[in-house]
Amino acid sequence: MHASHAIAAGMGGMRTTGDLVARMQVTRGMRLSPAKDYVAAKLGVSRRDLSDPVAMRDVRRELGLGILAVDELGFPDEPGAIEAKFRIAEVLDVPINSVERFRERARWARGPSDRKES
Amino acid sequence: MEQRIGTRLGDGGRIEMTSSEIHAEIEDGVAAAVKRAKVPPLVADEIDHLCEIFSSSARFSAVDYGEEVILSSDGTCSLDAGSSVENLISYQNDLGADILELGTADYSYRAVKAIVTSETQTVKVALLNTVAPLNYGAMPDLGRYSRPDGPIANWSELMPLGKIDEARAAQEEAVEMAVDDMMFVCDHMWEAGADGIDFDTAGASGDADLLATLRTVERLRERYPDMGLQVGMSSEMVLGMHGELEYHGRRLAGMWPHDQMLVVQKAGATIFGPAVNTNTTRSVAWNTARACTLIKPCMADAEIPVHPNVGMGVCGVPMNAVPPHDAVSRAATVMVEILKIDGL
Repeated sequence: MHASHAIAAGMGGMRTTGDLVARMQVTRGMRLSPAKDYVAAKLGVSRRDLSDPVAMRDVRRELGLGILAVDELGFPDEPGAIEAKFRIAEVLDVPINSVERFRERARWARGPSDRKES
Repeated sequence: MEQRIGTRLGDGGRIEMTSSEIHAEIEDGVAAAVKRAKVPPLVADEIDHLCEIFSSSARFSAVDYGEEVILSSDGTCSLDAGSSVENLISYQNDLGADILELGTADYSYRAVKAIVTSETQTVKVALLNTVAPLNYGAMPDLGRYSRPDGPIANWSELMPLGKIDEARAAQEEAVEMAVDDMMFVCDHMWEAGADGIDFDTAGASGDADLLATLRTVERLRERYPDMGLQVGMSSEMVLGMHGELEYHGRRLAGMWPHDQMLVVQKAGATIFGPAVNTNTTRSVAWNTARACTLIKPCMADAEIPVHPNVGMGVCGVPMNAVPPHDAVSRAATVMVEILKIDGL
């Protein structure tokens, strides 16, 4: 059933920008249209691009927002899941709880240069 | 002779109807909603568009390019394969989920309280391995607090005995316990790093169940300004198991989706999920038309995203363990194109 909904009407998640637009709904309570406008402006793309997996794969890769690994290619130099969320928080200018917790538990205030001495 | 088109009943069984019969079904579904909930009917263009979607003999229906919506989920914690984290990765990578939900098989906050340590560890591992926003989800499940499962007198047993005051007092006591338990679990999930919380099937035990959810949402919003709070309803109308409970002066019993949305929004939720029950003896066209008519008033007044529950047995999807793609995709398409929803 999830597959039916995804193909019939879903934005596409990480294949496109569905996870990014969703983040504005989850964290900011934005309705769909302003959330799409917000993400499109932050990424510098059109609204039509937001649900295009071909266009967005390049944009996600360029900005380090996380891409789906495909079996014929490995991306050891690309951000993995939590790493991508650090970039998403920065690019979308939205707090991500797991990123904040990661910083806190790594005693990492802002970035590598700010690492706290224990 | 008019061509007969394959469609389905609300139980998923195949039937055939002519386009005229489908049109009549849709008009009847709209009329049923208007009569029951005193909501305005769909307009002629909307009814015609519904008829067009259900009169197609294509095995799949989809929205236009650019009209795609956010796909959230609930009750997705039954394991298809491997661990719950592997399941989430599959939802994200293979099924195009925009929002993930982690939960446990005993899908109740009261049950989760007892295993919160292991659940938060699973949340932490999941968050290291997924990118999409992740909610922790369970049911408020107020009935779990009544005997024999819980410590409080069973209001469903008290009411038939005419002990109405005792039944109401029992529910009020259960609300307090449920709020405490849900706060306990949600505090832990936020500490573990979850992006949000999903309260699934709010109101399943009636108005007291919904009140417990609203009070929890209100307290969580005050405590965590950035926490995602998704409230999905259990059914189209809030049952008055108590009958006199109010939230900010509004009586909860008897609320339909529009009023449910207003109280959920007032409490501080970020996503509202209305649910409209599927009638298994009527066609999917009738059910979807009825669901659209009941939900439509939400759309104009909502300030937060509205994600109708379009799962098994709700909002036009057949009540069947394997809901067919033709019916599911039509329900999704109708919700997007007629209602302009924010997600599913």
